[in-house]
This record gives sequence, C-alpha cells and structure tokens, in this order.
Amino acid sequence: MIKLPRKFYDEIIAAGRKGRPEEICGLIGGTQTEEIKIVREIYVLENIDHSREHFSMNPKDQLEAVKYMRKKGLVPLGTFHSHPESPSRPSDEDKRLAYDKNASYMILSLQDEKNPVLKSFRINGNISEEEPIEYI
Amino acid sequence: MKITVSGKIKEYKDGLTLKELVEAEKVETPEYVTGSVNDELYSAKDFEGIVLKDGDAVEFLYFMGGGLC
Repeated sequence: MIKLPRKFYDEIIAAGRKGRPEEICGLIGGTQTEEIKIVREIYVLENIDHSREHFSMNPKDQLEAVKYMRKKGLVPLGTFHSHPESPSRPSDEDKRLAYDKNASYMILSLQDEKNPVLKSFRINGNISEEEPIEYI
Repeated sequence: MKITVSGKIKEYKDGLTLKELVEAEKVETPEYVTGSVNDELYSAKDFEGIVLKDGDAVEFLYFMGGGLC
C-alpha cells in the first residue's frame, strides 16, 4: 500500500502532460512503516534521453534529490515515469532495470490524455505486481 | 581515514579507491551505478582510478531508467 497525497498525483499528471510527447520521470520520497509508504515529496527529474519511448534520470538531479530527502528525514520510496502512448504497466525494459524489489514503481499512462491512469507496481525480476494507491 | 558514505560516517583504510569502496559496501549491480565524490559524478568505468581522501563524501546513485523495448 502506498499513500499518495492528491496534490502529488496532480503534479505527476501535470508534469506528464507538460512533457508530452517525451516520457517524464522522477523520484518519490517519504516515510515508510512496515507495509505502508506515505509519499511526502516528489521530484520531477530531467529525462536525459528526451525520448517518447525511453527514460534515464539525470544523475545530477538524482544526487540533489537524494541529498534533499536525507536532509528532510525522508527515504527514497521509488520512482515514477510516464508512458505517453502506452498503458500503465511495466515494459520488459522497465522490469529489467528495476533493481530494487521493495521500491514502488509508479507509471502514468497518458494514452488517453483526458483520462490519465496512474498505477504503482512492485517489480521483482521479471514479475511485477500492482500495489494499491490510496489517495489522501 | 573517515569518509561519509550515503550520509553515514565510516572508517576506511587510507588510499581506498572508489572501486574498493563499492566492493566493501556490497553495492548491488555496480555496473549500473554512478558514484559521486564531493558532488563530482563518476561512471563505473572510472571507479578504479578514484582514490578517496579523508573527509570525502560519497554517494552511490543507481541508474534509473526504462523504456518500451
């Protein structure tokens, strides 16, 4: 279970729409107690691929975000990225590059731009499982 | 010498390279990791040549990406 404040949901959707046709990406920071994660901050980072089919987070942005999280007493909870033209599900490449089985991998689909779909997944090897999002 | 690794102060032998630190810290999938020393970024292929000094601050950043492939 991951709890996501509605304002961050809105920010992810806005970033995805603004970034179209390219994929956008970012980090999620927050707090974690046993099975519940609470998102406290999101960080929209540069997709250095500038591609509509691929993303790579800018390591310099990543470094800044990680240091900022630590300063605020938050922990990295996972990532988000958009699929401008495909459904909200991890691609084979997303699975291959997901190194942390405990992280939340949020994927925003803008396939139907008027009806964006945000889902969160846990990925372990080639297996992905949807993780419920509770909006707060 | 004392170095800060991911925000925690640790004691290591003098002359330690970034590559040796990666091994000592058991960093997973090191081929996908970017290292930063005092905010300077280094790719994995450069780790062997980076000798750490007392007071250095090191971070390990995992490559984060994906795609439609």
